[in-house]
Amino acid sequence: MNHPAKRKLTGLLIFVILILLAILFLLPILIVLMNSFKGQFFISSAPFAFPTFSEAPGQPMTFAGLANYLNGLQKTGFLSAFGYSLFITLASVGLILLCCSMAAWYLTRVRNAAVSAIYYLFVFSMIVPFQMVMFTMSKIANLLRLDNPVGIVLIYLGFGAGLSVFLFCGFLRGLPLEIEEAAMIDGCSPIQAFFLVVFPILRPTAITVAILNTMWIWNDYLLPYLVIGNKYKTIPIAVQYLQGGYGSRDMGALMAMLVLAILPIVVFYLTSQKYIIKGVAAGAVKG
Amino acid sequence: MQKTLRRYFPLFLLPTLLAFTVAFLIPFILGVYLSFTEFTTVTDAAWVGFSNYIKVFTANQDFLNALWFTIRFTVVSVVSVNLFAFLLALLLTRKIHGTNLFRTIFFMPNLLGGIVLGYIWQLMINGVLMYWGVDITFSAKYGFWGLVILMNWQMVGYMMVIYIAGLQNIPEDLSEAAAIDGASRWQELTRITIPMVMPSITICTFLTLTNSFKLFDQNLALTAGAPGRETAMLALDIYHTFYGRVGYEGIGQAKAVLFFLMVAAVAGLQLWLTRRKEVDA
Repeated sequence: MNHPAKRKLTGLLIFVILILLAILFLLPILIVLMNSFKGQFFISSAPFAFPTFSEAPGQPMTFAGLANYLNGLQKTGFLSAFGYSLFITLASVGLILLCCSMAAWYLTRVRNAAVSAIYYLFVFSMIVPFQMVMFTMSKIANLLRLDNPVGIVLIYLGFGAGLSVFLFCGFLRGLPLEIEEAAMIDGCSPIQAFFLVVFPILRPTAITVAILNTMWIWNDYLLPYLVIGNKYKTIPIAVQYLQGGYGSRDMGALMAMLVLAILPIVVFYLTSQKYIIKGVAAGAVKG
Repeated sequence: MQKTLRRYFPLFLLPTLLAFTVAFLIPFILGVYLSFTEFTTVTDAAWVGFSNYIKVFTANQDFLNALWFTIRFTVVSVVSVNLFAFLLALLLTRKIHGTNLFRTIFFMPNLLGGIVLGYIWQLMINGVLMYWGVDITFSAKYGFWGLVILMNWQMVGYMMVIYIAGLQNIPEDLSEAAAIDGASRWQELTRITIPMVMPSITICTFLTLTNSFKLFDQNLALTAGAPGRETAMLALDIYHTFYGRVGYEGIGQAKAVLFFLMVAAVAGLQLWLTRRKEVDA
């Protein structure tokens, strides 16, 4: 066989392998989607069977239409969970972007021992696992009346500050001082200099910080469960709620809620995947 | 500029610092203190010295079992995730149609939350095990490999993206020169490609290492520790100790401090390794 033909053949082989792998990667989600349309008693017994649309002798129809969705929405209060998740994520990410970029600017531009001690405290917090502070933090949140969807935003600011300040500081260190100094000499106050000059330059890092924090807060389960879980459910809490509590669990409702939990993420991913992949990779390399 | 900016401390730094103090700093210090006390709420703490730390190991075997399970799981996931991710990255950096689409698909599971991932895979794994008449809670072996499969599904695409970035940074003339000198594919891989992506390998190893070691949501949703507590990893064991029964909060906090020290040791090792490499380069 001559060389170009051989190369073409290996190329084709790799392509086929990749197609098979891609199907394998999508399969679990497709199977959950398929099962979400089956009656709840036909899921655990035959998870890989297609729903049947008519009754055969001895075999009932397993297609359940949207029953699981309606049932699940009602049982978990999914719609309000979606609202809480959306509000908490957007508010926290917005606040983190604003406060942490301002903090990072102060930390990189003012130089003294106290400032560098504060910076190292932020860096230190990145390596502390959540279990270390989960009990005391939820007690303090309770004590300070932060155990509501607005208060938890402040907790997320404090807990997300480590990574966000670190990423912003890393970027700001490499930025020449001349631009800001020129702005200040021209009569800008520090507030004007920050918002008109520095903040626009921070955009690429801000996107990374926003994406990393969005993924974390949207999917976070234990923190909101401990802080606001007994009064307010976010999406992960609503999904986990179906697991226990009242007797045997409803597999149909679980499948439907999984689909509804996956859907917003897929939409978000497909609309801004370029930023997401880049942001996540950049965050990993710097973190 | 420093002088003017310093006066703006309340506006620029204070909000973040306050939130950080309330959400992290005070809970952390209080957590270290409480690990030396017996308590059920924070206010009734009574100093007991190292007794909680001793009880972590003597009250029952849960912590040591969880530690051993976590270590085995972490080793297997770090090796398998990085191997698959690197192979996928090698395939996707060749000139094939649709690499972007494949990258999009492989990366996607990484965006799903741990709870959702756990229930997706519970369905899949129970569906397969059904043919042998068992389910995932039947033996710790199933829970272990279930978690490994889940972890691979979640992390491979993420690590692949980092490896692809590393591979694309290798200058093309290096592999051209190797080809002219008559190097085989294998020689090119081991002598050029792998040494050149060493920084990516370090990053990916530590990312998978810390993510596997700290795993919680996936563990809770997939097995919740069943059978018994055999498949509970460290984070889940700490959670069980705190909220499972009254009177074990001090022991739970002591476990949490030990857990923190282990994670910090891994992070310290990473820092030391990267620093040392920077000196060499």
